[in-house]
Amino acid sequence: MTTHNPITRRRHRRNRVAMVFSIFATAVGLFILAAILWELLWQGLGGLNMKVFTEITPPPGSDGGLSNAIYGSIMLTLVGIAIAAPIGILAGTYLSEYARGSKIGEAAKFINDVLLSAPSIIVGLFINAILVVPFGTFSAWAGAVALAVIALPVINRTTQDMLALVPNTLREAAAALGAPRWKVLVFIVWRAAKSGILTGVLLAIARISGETAPLLFTSFGNQFWSTDMGKPMANLPVVIYQFAMSPYSDWQRLAWVGALLITSAILFLNILARSLAARSR
Amino acid sequence: MATTEIGATEQASRRHTRRLKRQDGAFFWLAWGSAALVVVLLLGILLSLLWESLPSIGHFGLPFLWNERWSPAKDIFGAAAPIYGTLLTSLIAMVIAVPTSFGIAMFLTEICPKSLRRPIGIAIELLAGIPSIIYGLWGFFVLAPIMQHTVQPFLINTFGDLPIIGFLFQGAPYGIGMLTAGLVLSIMILPFITSVTRDVFETVPVMLRESAYGMGMTTWEVVRRIIIPYTRLGLVGGVMLGLGRALGETMAVTFVIGNSHRIASSLLAPGTTISAAIANEFAEADGKLYTSALVELGLILFVISFTVLALAKWLIGRTESY
Repeated sequence: MTTHNPITRRRHRRNRVAMVFSIFATAVGLFILAAILWELLWQGLGGLNMKVFTEITPPPGSDGGLSNAIYGSIMLTLVGIAIAAPIGILAGTYLSEYARGSKIGEAAKFINDVLLSAPSIIVGLFINAILVVPFGTFSAWAGAVALAVIALPVINRTTQDMLALVPNTLREAAAALGAPRWKVLVFIVWRAAKSGILTGVLLAIARISGETAPLLFTSFGNQFWSTDMGKPMANLPVVIYQFAMSPYSDWQRLAWVGALLITSAILFLNILARSLAARSR
Repeated sequence: MATTEIGATEQASRRHTRRLKRQDGAFFWLAWGSAALVVVLLLGILLSLLWESLPSIGHFGLPFLWNERWSPAKDIFGAAAPIYGTLLTSLIAMVIAVPTSFGIAMFLTEICPKSLRRPIGIAIELLAGIPSIIYGLWGFFVLAPIMQHTVQPFLINTFGDLPIIGFLFQGAPYGIGMLTAGLVLSIMILPFITSVTRDVFETVPVMLRESAYGMGMTTWEVVRRIIIPYTRLGLVGGVMLGLGRALGETMAVTFVIGNSHRIASSLLAPGTTISAAIANEFAEADGKLYTSALVELGLILFVISFTVLALAKWLIGRTESY
C-alpha cells in the first residue's frame, strides 16, 4: 500500500472502510447478545430461590414462586411435541421419500416452509376459533395444539433434510433383501437418520417452549395450581408477559426469573441439538 | 399329500405377501395423511380467519383498510393505524438490520480467521434461538430507559428543528414507541438475515472468488463485484425472510410499542402494530364486531406475510438451484 497511484489509494481506502464497518457490525451483534444474557443473569439470578420452584404465582404485592407456570410450560410443550413429532416425522418421510420430485410434493414442501415462519399469533387466533370458542373455555389442550402447529413444520422440514442425507445404496440394499417399503423406511432409513431427526425434535421443543403469542388466547393463564388439561393452565411465557407489564416489583422480579429459566432451557436444548447434529455428520 | 403341502406353503406365502402389502399401504396413507395435514392446516387457517372476519368485512367493507379510527366503545374500527405501525416498525428494523447482517456475513465469510468463524457464527445463531418475549422484556426494561433518557432527547434536540426531516423526531421522549420497537425488531431479525446471507455467500464457487483475489481485487471489491452479483437473488430472499419475521413478530413489539391506535408523524411516538393490537385486545374483546375486526387484522397480516415469505422462499430456492 505504499503506492502513490490515487486510484489504488482510493480502492484501499474504500476497502478499509468496508472492513471496519464489517468488524463493527459483528462487534455490535455480539455485544447485544452479551448484553441480553448479562441482564438475564443479573436480574434472574438475583431473584432465584427455592420458592420459585415450590410456590405458585402470588397475588400482587406478595412473595411467591412460579411452580404452576413451570409445570404448565412443561406440560404444554410435552403434549404439543407429542402431537407434532409423529405427524411431522411421517409428513417429512412422505415428502422426502414418496413425493421426491413430484409437483404436489414440491408444493407441499413450499407450503410447509411458509408455515415455518408464519406469524405465531395467527396460529393463536386459528386455534382459538376451532378449540376455544366451540368449547366455551380456554384450555391447556388448545394451548398444546397451538404449540404443535408451530412445531410441526420445524420437525417436518428437518426430517426431510435428514432423510435426504441417507445414501440410496442403503435403501436399495434393504429392498434387494426383499424388505417391504415401510420396513426399509422404518428400520433402515429412520434408523440411519435417527440423531438428525432427534435434532429436529429438540429444535422444535426449543422453539415452542418460548412461544407466547399462540398461548395468549388458547391456554391463557391460571393463577392457581391446575393439572386439568381441559382448563386454562399457567405457563411461563404468559406469566412473564403479565408480570413484566405490571407495576409490582415482586411480579417483575419473577418475570426476570422466568425469563432466565426459559432462556437457559432453550440455550441448553440448542447446544444439545447442535452437538447431536455434529455427531451425526 | 405332497401337492397339498406345496399348496399350503404357497397359500401361506401369499397370505404373507398380502399382509406385507396391507402394511405397506397403511404406512403410505399414514405418511400421506400427515403431509396432507400440513396443507390442510394452511387452508384451515386461511378459511377460519376469513370466516371469523366476515362480520367485520361486511360491516366496514374496504374502508376498513384506511380508516384510522379505532373505538371499541362505539363499535367503530379501522385498520390504518396498526397497518401503518406494522409497516413502519418493519421498515425501521430492515434499515438497521440489513446492512448490519451483510456486514456480519461478510466478516464471517471473508475476513474472520478460520478458528473464530464457528464460535462467532454459533453465537449469532444463538441470538436467533432466544424467544421473542425475552427481547420484549429486555427492550422494555433496558433499551426503553436508555432511549428515553439518552437517545431520544439527543434525537429531538439535534434533528427536531431541522426543516425536512424534523417532523420525524418531535414530541416527548416516551422511551417506548415506533423507533424503539423497530430497534428491538432489528435485533430479532438480525440472526435470520445473517444466517441466510452467510449461506448464500458460501455458495459462490471458490474458483470465482480466488480468481478475483488473484486479479488483485480488494476484499470489498470481491464482495461488491463478485459475491453480491452472484448471490443477489438469495440475498433478496434472505432480506424478505427477515421482513416476513418482522411483520408478524408479536411479543417483542407488544412490550415497547405503546399500544396507541393513532398515526403520528414522529418516529418517537407510541403506536401499535397488527400483532400487538391482537395480542393486547383479543382476549378481552367483547362484542362480535370487536372480535371480528381483530381477526380481520389477523387476516391482513396473514396475507401480507404469506406473500412476503412465499416470495422469499422462491428467491432463495432459485439461488440454491444454481
